[in-house]
Amino acid sequence: MDISLSDDLPALTRQTHGLAIEPRIMSDTEHSIEEIKKHVRVYMLVFASLGVLTALTVAVGYLELPFAPALIVALLIATVKAGLVAAYFMHLVSEEQIIRWLVWLSLGLLLAMFLIFSVYYVDQGGVEIFGF
Amino acid sequence: MQIPFTVAPRPDTGVNNAKIGVWLFLASEVMLFGGLFSAYIFLRIGAPEWPGEVAGHLYERASDILNVPLATLNTVVLIGSSVTMVMSWASLAMQRFDRYRLYMGATIALGFVFLIVKAFEYGEKFSHGYLPAENNFLAIYFVLTGLHGLHVIGGILVNMYFMWPGARMWKTDPKRFTNRIEIAGLYWHFVDLVWIFLFPTIYLL
Repeated sequence: MDISLSDDLPALTRQTHGLAIEPRIMSDTEHSIEEIKKHVRVYMLVFASLGVLTALTVAVGYLELPFAPALIVALLIATVKAGLVAAYFMHLVSEEQIIRWLVWLSLGLLLAMFLIFSVYYVDQGGVEIFGF
Repeated sequence: MQIPFTVAPRPDTGVNNAKIGVWLFLASEVMLFGGLFSAYIFLRIGAPEWPGEVAGHLYERASDILNVPLATLNTVVLIGSSVTMVMSWASLAMQRFDRYRLYMGATIALGFVFLIVKAFEYGEKFSHGYLPAENNFLAIYFVLTGLHGLHVIGGILVNMYFMWPGARMWKTDPKRFTNRIEIAGLYWHFVDLVWIFLFPTIYLL
């Protein structure tokens, strides 16, 4: 009696564990597949937006605006497009804080580099940059 | 020796080492392209005419010398390849290896289409004697698009590895393989991102 009880107990425990864990894993997998399907719908929307913005970029190009406004408009549209790619295709919207800090840091360093070049350029007697 | 935290997030950073490694690499790439992009802006601001005189002809706009329709086509091709790349990752996340093959194949094919169009564009310039040594505009055009093209070649090689020999990992360690495709995607999207800035500023201004 004692022996059969101790034999049954681990089996029962295993079974309980199996029952408790298995449905959770299944629902997790289903949940993540559902999540991915939602992501895919977003990817398609981003794709369509990028197409529209590319058409807009080319259309603005044909307007033949003067250099400074044309550059600003081109960079603005490009930044929106790049933001969409980075946020959704590169998953920055749901990424850990450390990665976002890394991105901001690299953009800050890029801006600093550009400002240093600008100051040097003006200091060396270069032409005015956008009226400054 | 096993490389630690290839899939599981490292407790202090919250992400796996592979992902943070690729993001650090991309941060250095921002400075590489950013430096050359700044060079383009300052060459442009300082030039009395842009693109200026090329092989005896005076050009007033870059679009008069460069092929805008071809570059627009290449923009659409590269954006399309970014979509197929992210779909190849999503397919693996949904356990659909067959679809992964399809999307990764499409990504590689679109990468080649980009390079073929670019080769055609370069060929057209070379045939007219428009070489990098000709003037500042052509020099910075070839440097920026050439460096970007090298990045596309690098991305295609990585993607081809994951399409064929590297895909064996799907059977032994599917989670790690899915992760590898995600971070290979990060690089590929970055290459797309660079082109998003190069296209309007070089071709359309």
